[in-house]
Amino acid sequence: MQLLQIDIAFIIEKIVLISVILMGSLGVAMYATWGERKVAAVMQDRRGPNRAGPMGLLQPLADGLKLFFKEEIIPDRSTRFLFILGPCLAMLTACMTSAVIPWGPDVTIAGRTVSLQVADINIGILFIFGVVSLGVYGVMLGGWASNNKFSLLSSIRAASQAISYELALGISLIALLMMTGSLSMRDIVGQQHGFWDNGYFTWNFFKQPLGFLIFLVCTFAELNRAPFDLPEAESELNMGYHQEYSSMKLGFYLFAEYINMFISSAVMATLFFGGYNFPFMDQVAASVNPVLFTVICVFVLLFKIVCFILFFMFVRWTLPRFRYDQLMRLGWKSLIPLAMVNMVITGIVILWVIK
Amino acid sequence: MKLTNRSVQVDRSPMTFGEKIYLPAIAKGMAITIGHIFKKKATVSYPEEKRPFSPVFRGLHILNRDEQGRERCTACGLCALACPAEAITMEAAERKPGEEHLYREEKYAAKYEINMLRCIFCGYCEEACPKDAIYLTETLMPTNYTRESFIYKKEDLLIPKKQETK
Repeated sequence: MQLLQIDIAFIIEKIVLISVILMGSLGVAMYATWGERKVAAVMQDRRGPNRAGPMGLLQPLADGLKLFFKEEIIPDRSTRFLFILGPCLAMLTACMTSAVIPWGPDVTIAGRTVSLQVADINIGILFIFGVVSLGVYGVMLGGWASNNKFSLLSSIRAASQAISYELALGISLIALLMMTGSLSMRDIVGQQHGFWDNGYFTWNFFKQPLGFLIFLVCTFAELNRAPFDLPEAESELNMGYHQEYSSMKLGFYLFAEYINMFISSAVMATLFFGGYNFPFMDQVAASVNPVLFTVICVFVLLFKIVCFILFFMFVRWTLPRFRYDQLMRLGWKSLIPLAMVNMVITGIVILWVIK
Repeated sequence: MKLTNRSVQVDRSPMTFGEKIYLPAIAKGMAITIGHIFKKKATVSYPEEKRPFSPVFRGLHILNRDEQGRERCTACGLCALACPAEAITMEAAERKPGEEHLYREEKYAAKYEINMLRCIFCGYCEEACPKDAIYLTETLMPTNYTRESFIYKKEDLLIPKKQETK
């Protein structure tokens, strides 16, 4: 009978949390497409979509319905299984990363302590890193299974770009790990409590500015977002690895890109900008209802995520695209040495200055 | 031999540190883009606002009437001759004794058709007409589904009698 002592409340709580996070990330990705068009428009002296609903807010719904109603075309000579698997993998890895991000502090409801993190594994950062690496598969399979030379070239470029920038990403994370001493996301956020802690800022951005810069640049490259958007817009004459896709499979690829953007912003906010911590949070915690405090913390995290997403969009519509060899040179010859220098400096500072 | 004195020697000096790390250029670019957010938008919210046309704008054709409401067109065929796209066709008819209030002269156009798909809106027909019968107005051409519906007949082109301009 030991096996049947399942804690029903625990299961229900996790299911509810997963559903809320999944729906939330889908919703944010939908409205990120709206936001992208509006932000692009205001930066280009025009208005964005403003006909579908007030201020164009129903535009993502219209786009989703349009994609649903289109005809699903699967090319005759394509590898059917891989063709369908590609977008599924992209979407799967995009959604899986949201499991280890702490969305708020623990909240006590009816005597139970509910943690707002789906899975508090003690290798949190490594899990995210691994899943992001898996995301490359979705792109590669899409390009290969399309049986189209241009798609193949584009997906090869996407894959090479992704793996080149993962190295610098990992090395900058090593420097961060040296400072925090733990891979678990919960501990990292816990160490960034408040904003000012007797002498220095607590957020990791102020302790690792160079590491943040490298992480930011590598995130742009991992998301295939301008100025590193060779895979999607290079073969802009042809659409790159999602050229042969139509209807919902294409929708999955496009959506997976926006969900990835949301999750990467969440990871950056958690690792470097303190997650759900904000200045004067102790005073706020003492003076309001605990559940309300948790809600405030979640909103603070969402605000930081929105700021990052807006930043991604600004940079996309400002910079021209990198050429492929410039991109590779930047990844291998500039960012990896820089990340290693960052790691060495961090080591020196920890050993000799902080003691 | 230099054609103008505006030529500038190409600057091949090696990149400075600021240019190599690219970040200052990114920051300047972002300042420009963010500045554009607060500028006036160039969009015209059609159909609520319309851009004004120039006085010589050439839109849809219209067959004019004179002050007494009689059709001016006499089916002389000069517009059809002048049309570079051969879009106008017509058939003439003789005015019967009881129709004096309808037509200005003894010859009138029984059938007058303009094929809007051929018309290039050049305005030569308007220049060629000796009776000031055909004008190009400011109306934009509406869309339609079949090719036959683009051949505008005389009834489509004529100014309605109650709304004639004096």
